[in-house]
Amino acid sequence: MIQYDIETLERIVADLLAEAKRQGATQAEAGVHAQEGLDVTVRLGETESVEHSNDHGLGVTVYFDHRKGSANTTDLRPEAIRETVAAACSIARHTSEDPAAGLADPELMAREISDLDLDHPWEIDPTEAANIARRCEEAARAHDPRICNSEGATVHSGRGLFVYGNTHGFVGGYPSTRHSISCAILAEQDGDMQRDYWYTNSRVPEKLKAPESVGEEAARRAVARLNPRKIDTTECPVLFKAEVAAGLMYALFNALRGPALYRRASFLLDMLGEPIFPDWVRISENPHIPQGLGSAPFDNEGVATLTRDIVSQGVLRGYILDSYSARKLGTQTTGNAGGVRNPRIDSSGETFEQLITRMGRGLLVTELMGQGSNTVTGDYSRGAAGFWIEDGRIAYPVAEITVAGNLRQMFDGLLAVGCDNDIPGAVDTGSWLIDRMTVAGN
Amino acid sequence: MNNALDIARATLLDAPGLSEQSLSQVMDQLLSRQIDAADIYFQYGRLESWVLDDGIIKEGSHSIEQGAGLRAVSGEKTGFAYTDDLMLPQLLEAAGAARAIAEAGQNRRRAISARTDIPRLYAPINPLESLTEQDKLDLMRRLDAEARAADPRVQQVIVSLAAAHDTVLVIDDRGELAGDVRPLVRLNVHVIVEQNGRREQGSAGGGARRGLDFFLDQERGLGYAREAVRQALVNLEAIDAPAGMLPVVLGPGWPGVLLHEAVGHGLEGDFNRKGTSAFAGRIGEQVASPLCTVVDDGSLPERRGSLNIDDEGTPTGETVLIENGILKGYLQDKMNARLMGMAPTGNGRRESYAHLPMPRMTNTYMRPGEHDPQEIIASVDRGLYAVNFGGGQVDITSGKFVFSASEAYLIENGKITAPVKGATLIGSGPEVMTRVSMVGNDLALDPGVGTCGKEGQSVPVGVGQPTLKIDELTVGGTAA
Repeated sequence: MIQYDIETLERIVADLLAEAKRQGATQAEAGVHAQEGLDVTVRLGETESVEHSNDHGLGVTVYFDHRKGSANTTDLRPEAIRETVAAACSIARHTSEDPAAGLADPELMAREISDLDLDHPWEIDPTEAANIARRCEEAARAHDPRICNSEGATVHSGRGLFVYGNTHGFVGGYPSTRHSISCAILAEQDGDMQRDYWYTNSRVPEKLKAPESVGEEAARRAVARLNPRKIDTTECPVLFKAEVAAGLMYALFNALRGPALYRRASFLLDMLGEPIFPDWVRISENPHIPQGLGSAPFDNEGVATLTRDIVSQGVLRGYILDSYSARKLGTQTTGNAGGVRNPRIDSSGETFEQLITRMGRGLLVTELMGQGSNTVTGDYSRGAAGFWIEDGRIAYPVAEITVAGNLRQMFDGLLAVGCDNDIPGAVDTGSWLIDRMTVAGN
Repeated sequence: MNNALDIARATLLDAPGLSEQSLSQVMDQLLSRQIDAADIYFQYGRLESWVLDDGIIKEGSHSIEQGAGLRAVSGEKTGFAYTDDLMLPQLLEAAGAARAIAEAGQNRRRAISARTDIPRLYAPINPLESLTEQDKLDLMRRLDAEARAADPRVQQVIVSLAAAHDTVLVIDDRGELAGDVRPLVRLNVHVIVEQNGRREQGSAGGGARRGLDFFLDQERGLGYAREAVRQALVNLEAIDAPAGMLPVVLGPGWPGVLLHEAVGHGLEGDFNRKGTSAFAGRIGEQVASPLCTVVDDGSLPERRGSLNIDDEGTPTGETVLIENGILKGYLQDKMNARLMGMAPTGNGRRESYAHLPMPRMTNTYMRPGEHDPQEIIASVDRGLYAVNFGGGQVDITSGKFVFSASEAYLIENGKITAPVKGATLIGSGPEVMTRVSMVGNDLALDPGVGTCGKEGQSVPVGVGQPTLKIDELTVGGTAA
């Protein structure tokens, strides 16, 4: 159903930039996207919903010297181009002169746009998608007699095109795909009902995990949670399972982002070159992984993305900046307009089982709830569910508890990162063992 | 034109050149013998936002979103497609895709008729034009100055202002047409304060289905600036929060996020039809202390969570969820109401034309009780008094929910003493509500700041409650 191709989008970007110049902008940047997708959900064996998505939109930012204005629309017709640029220019008449505002410097633009192999369309119709979802859900329902109900299994396939350009003459764009199979299932025993889910996602349909394995994992997780206890308030080691440890990576990144730094609203202020983790810790970003879920050859400003260490030997090596925050801080952009791409923390070598043994007695967290991570102070307090570990073994499920601490001390007290990094998503991490946190329960 | 339906027709049908005949043609394409229900949702939305940061107007943006979502329902099965183009060929194509869940059948004839029983809870104005650009920016600058003048420890002030103007039109398979024009404004002040190297933040704001002049009334906007500074300064003095089970007194207004998480989501029709909610099948049972009466009301004038009609064209109203502790009802959209043999409650909502509607809250609050708030605090030997919150989250199935306090104090010997750091509170919805032992006489609604997320869709909501006491709740601090 996509009526657009890369060339058409490039032409719209060129028209937007020309129109911005014509309306008097000294600099401008523009992006256009078009995407289509299919979502099919099967619940209790029956097709529950078939959703077709088909989006497009354009956005433009104009600069009149150092005054900035932005506008966007879902309408790609030629008259919309003129109106949108006019709306952005009208905004720029009212914003203030800001010396840091403007495009990224021209010499930083990506010169070669490498093909990262991100485009793998899935020729799948709603009936085939429903069959895959049905296999996934059936496997979940057949896994254990305690599986009592289902929220269904969903197959998603999407393909998008986007082009970004600016008045330095940079223009770049590419198609990319993203597919997933997910399942949410309920288990019941002795009047207690628990829900859990699992999923697989990839740019390449053939690389999705088998639908049955996704359903079984969802079921395994739901059953394991049944009849949780609430433990007494205590201080103990905490093991964050890989899929929730990914959130700790983002808590770190949020404190290293430009706005948090130039507003002096980060618990990691002035820590560049200083140790913030034990000396074995290395955290990197890897934007050029072929077929990577977070891969991108250039950032949201056209700046070449970089494979680099953010933390090595436990020392903070770099911030996470776009050109605006870099200017505010008197430094160079790190190519992170739009975020950190394919972040990874190296494992310290232990398997998940070894981490449990090493912890001996403590809390394994498999689910976190709520916000409760304060970027200004590093204070951390979140709702949790998981398992109590006793004598190096999983003893029983726990729920309705919180884990709390301060991120500075949690990073300092990182004892190990597991090699159990086979989790869905763009973050590459194993489970994190942290020496001590406060667990609140009874 | 000051009638919402007329404005919606002019914007969404006349402008792109869609006649009633073409609407009927698209509906025919969407329907077949096996389709129980169908609707088309047209939307044209404009949003303008401004950010003041570092003392200057740093950013502004303007966005337009328009399109139509087409849905066909057969039993428990839904087909859905949407288009950004309000042109007949694209609408017909989307209708064909949405209808594909069922075999094609014969067409029905219908007359297009307008729904006439729609209340007017807010004026069909365009809030983007409710102040001049200069007045919008002056307002933001005044708030910046007010916050900085309030205390020398204020280091950073970020003011954000947004105005949205949404025009929607819904037509269902019977040809019934309903329209709404929905203004929504929001203003927020965020400050960073510093004292002896310690930095803390504070945030305050509000909003309504009004023009931006809402923020000028009684210096409301300036009040946000002062409130944000006050909260940040309180946090500078905060000590570690306690960890463990404690009596918790929640202040009036925004702490009503408790109700939203502990009971509201669990009473949405979809979860109860599917039997996945901890409240499923419990209508008529005691699920809260007899002091608790909780309602959802989308028909409060000018409130952020209010709507003249929901996104399926059903007028909103008051739904009693819990009355004197007894579970009374669910929040319903059309599909779940039909499948459960109940009446729609005007809670069918969607983020936009590109999303499917589902049962959602509007303004959810607890009716006041009899206690003086001071009396409630005085009744606690050692506990927590929490007055401001960040967001919350709930696991519908287990009933476990969290909400994060951003301003809280210890209660010692019946008196409010030291402020404590932000902490997450966790409980089980059906249990916690039975432990409500005192309800104040000071019902307040939140200032108009809530946004609720469900299955990836965000919608504006409101909450409210009087001061109330929960005998035991787990407080996630670090001071054991």
